[in-house]
Amino acid sequence: MDGVIIIGAGLSGLSAALTLAEHGKRCILVSAQPSERAQSVLAEGGINAAADTMGEGDSTALHYEDTMKGGVYLADPNAVEGLTENAPMILKKLTELGVPFNISGGRPVLRNFGGQKKKRTAYAKSSTGKMIMSALTDAVRRYEAKGIVTRYPHHIFMGLIMSRKKCTGAVFRDSYSGKQLMFHGRVIVCCGGMNGFFPEKTTGTTANTGDVQAQLFALGTEFANLEMIQYHPTTIGISGKRCLVTEAARGEGGRLYIMRGGERWYFMEEKYPELKNLMPRDVVAREMFSVRRSADTEGEVMLDMTGLSAEVWQKRLPDLRCEIKEQLGIDPADVPVPVREGIHYFMGGIYVDEHHRTSVVGLYAAGECACQYHGANRLGGNSMLGAIYGGRTAAEDILGSKDTVQGGEPVITEQTAASVKLVREISDILSSALGIVRSEDEISAALVRLDGLRCGGGLDKARLSLARAMLMSALERRESRGAHFREDYSKPDEAMRRTLIARCKDGVTELYFRELPERRAQHEGKA
Amino acid sequence: MRVRLDIKRQRDAQSAPYLQSILYESGDENVTLASALGDIDAGGFKDTDGREVEPIIREQSCLQKKCGACAVVVDGRPALACGTRLRDFERKGYVNVGPLRKFPVIADLLVDRSVIFSQLTQLGIWAENALPCPENTDDIAYEASRCLQCGCCLEVCPNFCPGEKFFGMSAAAAASRLLEQLPPSERRELEKAYSRHFYSGCGKSLACRDICPAGIDTESLMVNSNAAAVWKFLGRRKHG
Ligand SMILES: Cc1cc2nc3c(=O)[nH]c(=O)nc-3n(C[C@H](O)[C@H](O)[C@H](O)COP(=O)(O)OP(=O)(O)OC[C@H]3O[C@@H](n4cnc5c(N)ncnc54)[C@H](O)[C@@H]3O)c2cc1C
Ligand code: SF4
Ligand code: SF4
Ligand code: FES
Repeated sequence: MDGVIIIGAGLSGLSAALTLAEHGKRCILVSAQPSERAQSVLAEGGINAAADTMGEGDSTALHYEDTMKGGVYLADPNAVEGLTENAPMILKKLTELGVPFNISGGRPVLRNFGGQKKKRTAYAKSSTGKMIMSALTDAVRRYEAKGIVTRYPHHIFMGLIMSRKKCTGAVFRDSYSGKQLMFHGRVIVCCGGMNGFFPEKTTGTTANTGDVQAQLFALGTEFANLEMIQYHPTTIGISGKRCLVTEAARGEGGRLYIMRGGERWYFMEEKYPELKNLMPRDVVAREMFSVRRSADTEGEVMLDMTGLSAEVWQKRLPDLRCEIKEQLGIDPADVPVPVREGIHYFMGGIYVDEHHRTSVVGLYAAGECACQYHGANRLGGNSMLGAIYGGRTAAEDILGSKDTVQGGEPVITEQTAASVKLVREISDILSSALGIVRSEDEISAALVRLDGLRCGGGLDKARLSLARAMLMSALERRESRGAHFREDYSKPDEAMRRTLIARCKDGVTELYFRELPERRAQHEGKA
Repeated sequence: MRVRLDIKRQRDAQSAPYLQSILYESGDENVTLASALGDIDAGGFKDTDGREVEPIIREQSCLQKKCGACAVVVDGRPALACGTRLRDFERKGYVNVGPLRKFPVIADLLVDRSVIFSQLTQLGIWAENALPCPENTDDIAYEASRCLQCGCCLEVCPNFCPGEKFFGMSAAAAASRLLEQLPPSERRELEKAYSRHFYSGCGKSLACRDICPAGIDTESLMVNSNAAAVWKFLGRRKHG
């Protein structure tokens, strides 16, 4: 046994490694690039925890409710319970690791974020992800020096080692030398979202190719809710990608409007008097989409941040202001910024239970690649939390159980290099059908186009097959829920408030619904 | 927007480097070098000698200057490809692009920067115990944690040479977070390592500050860390 194998060194991978290492358990931390390059460093706005440092009477129960409601009750209630209960402890731990949060009087300051009625989001100006990543990377380094964690930071996933349908290890390719490496042990997949399927259309990194997911899908691993793709309402187009304007901009007072009859129409404030510009992301994105299309409006939706005080810009959002100035050549403190929706997060992904076990024994998944916590829509600030808590939970499950299976044979996907042309074609097809508003006609047309694509075998075939499963899932969920809005089934259907599983069996994709777990009575503990 | 990219390429670590010139055009005035290379990867480009251009091996990730992956040498100076706007070279008509020069080339623009990370382990940049929470936001720790570990500063540093005693600004930046945050009784080892691997070798030319693509105020970090690790008796300068 070489140790626990962690694939991915972003927040979830580092959190898993740290948890294992603190218990003296050896682990192998493999990633295509070093931690400094992981998407997690891009997170801006903050991380949620009902620490109630602002004296608003917040509680973990309210955090639970907001998370479940934001996800339109499609998340596993017991998993969300664990997440929200443990959030204050995680925030405390991060503070002890030295994350330079915005602090006042020795306690983290919390800010407003979408879909939450209380100030619950701890932040480090507008670079929270980078700050947490730096501290976690340092913390894990301590165990690298002791030989408990061994890093392989330029290594690409090639396949699993399997013994009678159980996972007993993984195979990687050193992208520098081309050499193949094999490690034996249980595996935690922490490889981020499927951004690589949407080049130029996402706020994240396309270095998260989705290739690990494609290969695991081809191997028969269950995936869940693949249709649930979050569009962030406020992004700007920059060279080669969508660039996020953090929700914190609205949390700190930014307002959305569009011109109508020569006047500014603050549509969110008019339509949603309680949470206004801070409604959950799916709602804001859909409203933006619809007001832009409305006959009586003109131009783009604008984000007006001119009312933010100099202090807010300096102490809370300095990096955002620099970024907009540089990318668009305008100062958001002086003029409103045109914004559009952009792909931002994958709520669906590898199916896991509340312990982060996948459908394959010995294989775990955590972070954005796993389907956990966010249901049909993720609340801002919950994903860093979910990544850290998820990595930790997977590690704890491993610490609490024994490796029973050993040996096995590598099952390797032929590593056909991703053809940029094919990737762009897949992206165009998926985007044509998996937008903010969807319909059977569009999805069916996309499926036909996808089937017309020519590709070789190996990895390319696996990618196509996962792309196909995304479309099939969007077709199968004949209701509207959270990020999945069907104009032909525009209401939620309680009968479909179930997890939609996609699995590839003998080369054919099958879909089935699975009941959500019942919520256990509180404090009963995990099964 | 139209510019000629003169790219220094190399098939693998053993092969000899060669120059390939590609005419690149884009309707996007803001197009960056990183996006241009992405377009070239998609195929259909010929070099000025009429040969098909093979994908250019390189590293990239965030495309918004936040991860340090895409550092290359542009017209002799290190820079992030995703922060390099090609319009700045339009008037001149061409731009030279090559791999960072202080690190071994793997292929094309991809270099092995492992030394940057192994130095951090050698310096011992971590805390053994829980750090105390400060009363107010710690701006020095924030600034230090922003370092991308991209290596641009090492490229221009007159004193840095991989494998030698002096570790350069990338290591010093990371160390300065903990030199700021660790209680004095717990930072002796790090102070010693910092003095040995940074302070004693730094000529304070500040070339690192001028080149840093993240705009990190390396001078303040240095002043603060030097005060903590070396000039203890002078007291520490705090950020305003
Ligand atoms: C612009 C932006 C802003 C955000 N802001 C916030 C915020 O304010 N609050 C919040 O909670 N969330 C935010 N998020 C979301 C959040 O940052 C991510 O969901 C979270 O960080 C994901 O962490 P992760 O560990 O799952 O994956 P990542 O950090 O993406 O790491 C993935 C790892 O997998 C490795 N990997 C990928 N493919 C392979 C392969 N084939 N072989 C080997 N290794 C591989 C990568 O190298 C990397 O190390 C934001 C996201 C973006 C894009
Ligand atoms: S100090 Fe600046 S130039 Fe040097 S590694 Fe850090 S980010 Fe890069
Ligand atoms: S000040 Fe000069 S010698 Fe010192 S690290 Fe910076 S570039 Fe190198
Ligand atoms: S790709 Fe991240 S800095 Fe350029």
